[in-house]
Amino acid sequence: MSAIYVMWLRQLKRFFRSPARIVGSLGQPILFFVAFGYGLGRVFQQAGAGNYMEFLAPGIMAMSVIFAAVFSGMDLIWDRQFGFLKETLVAPVGRANIMLGRILGGATTALFQGLLVLALAIVLGFRPQDWLLLPAAAGAALLVAVLFAAFGMLIGTLIRDMQGFPLVMNFVIMPIFFLSGALFPLSSVPAGLRAVAIADPLTYGMDAVRMLLTGISEFNLALDIGVTIALSLVFLLLSARAFGRMQV
Amino acid sequence: MTSIIDVQHLTKRFGDFVAVDDIGVSVDEGEIFAFLGPNGAGKSTTIKMLTTILRPTSGSIRVNGFDPVAKPHDVRRSFGIVFQDPSLDEDLTARENMEFHGILYGLPREVRRARIEELLKFVDLYDRRDSLVREFSGGMKRRLEIARGLMHHPKVLFLDEPTLGLDPQTRNHMWSYLQNLNKRENTTVFFTTHYMEEAERIAGRIAIIDHGKIVALGTAAALKEQTATPSLEEAFLALTGHEIREEEGSQADRMRTYRRAWGRGKER
Repeated sequence: MSAIYVMWLRQLKRFFRSPARIVGSLGQPILFFVAFGYGLGRVFQQAGAGNYMEFLAPGIMAMSVIFAAVFSGMDLIWDRQFGFLKETLVAPVGRANIMLGRILGGATTALFQGLLVLALAIVLGFRPQDWLLLPAAAGAALLVAVLFAAFGMLIGTLIRDMQGFPLVMNFVIMPIFFLSGALFPLSSVPAGLRAVAIADPLTYGMDAVRMLLTGISEFNLALDIGVTIALSLVFLLLSARAFGRMQV
Repeated sequence: MTSIIDVQHLTKRFGDFVAVDDIGVSVDEGEIFAFLGPNGAGKSTTIKMLTTILRPTSGSIRVNGFDPVAKPHDVRRSFGIVFQDPSLDEDLTARENMEFHGILYGLPREVRRARIEELLKFVDLYDRRDSLVREFSGGMKRRLEIARGLMHHPKVLFLDEPTLGLDPQTRNHMWSYLQNLNKRENTTVFFTTHYMEEAERIAGRIAIIDHGKIVALGTAAALKEQTATPSLEEAFLALTGHEIREEEGSQADRMRTYRRAWGRGKER
């Protein structure tokens, strides 16, 4: 238990000690709000699909959550290079606990970034349908964060240096984000794209967050949460297995 | 006496390269044991296998009676280690690095607090306890690394070139602390070093490894006698040759290769 706590605390300390990184991470969401929100908003409305900012805000929030979560998981690569990983690998605590602490810590900071983006969206005019559902939306976002932190950590155990990072970003994370229905409603896309979205691990968590923030949804909430929890467990297990076998 | 470290026919291959070649060694409980060898001889690879972070290709290991492959958790509960290369979290303070270590090793809060203060004072970093490690010099990081390694009192302490880059004051200081710990708690110390006088002065027995094989094992006196040399340093050179080893290629290394190619260096 204390190992989980201490690894969680470490992620938080490292995160809040680099305010420049936190502020920097807001750059991309702002760009998305401006380019998509203002750029496509009118077209979206004219097509009869409603207020695009309202649709887009949960998508951008989810984007910052998954990017931050995957980064945090891949922190493992830095720890390997700078040596701290060894200190945790020889410690007399279960490796699963070390892993869980790291993932929960990474997910917590990713959620924090997501909430920052949500606050930014509110400043830009976004209004949640029901303020009382905000904690539930944050809970759903945390599930998404756990799923992608576990995913990032699994990648971190597989690649040895940051050189593989653009590969992962461009061929895995970006497609997962763009094809998840974060930016467009899945009800009005071609069947092929919809099929891809249904296989996308982000689609369900994304849908849950949007449902709780705006009431707009594609699937039912129980399915969204169920699939996201199941996927999280799968990636936690895979990540625990890979981390348990890790050598230096 | 029972042996707390027992290694038999231990081999580690990386592809075609045999880093550790069928070695056998046994260390008694409470012994201070030096594991010497030139760069790249297989010292760190052996320590990594003993400490559960590298799987052997073949052979058997027992640390405190447990097999690092089958029972890594029991082995990890039995030892502490100071690594050769850095293993601190530079984004945490000195105190946090110590604190986190203490928590991971299950030290109760009061013991943790007391040892952190004692050891940070001991390595002269107490005044800098709340500074981020990234602001530290190389020597300060090394001292912190040692202080952290000494925080919990395990049955076996592995020290991989612990004194590298430390001034003589800190070195002496550290060894007397370790000798004290060894006497008081019967802690077994297994260390590597390039300072021969250190090994001669501190270690009960010494093993010398070269090209993955143990080439000599015994007390400093026995090794000197075996090689008919007056000092451990000369015994070491007699056993391992004068050729300089590099773990990684460097400018100096290439020059040495040229020199060898022109027939001036000692060929083996």
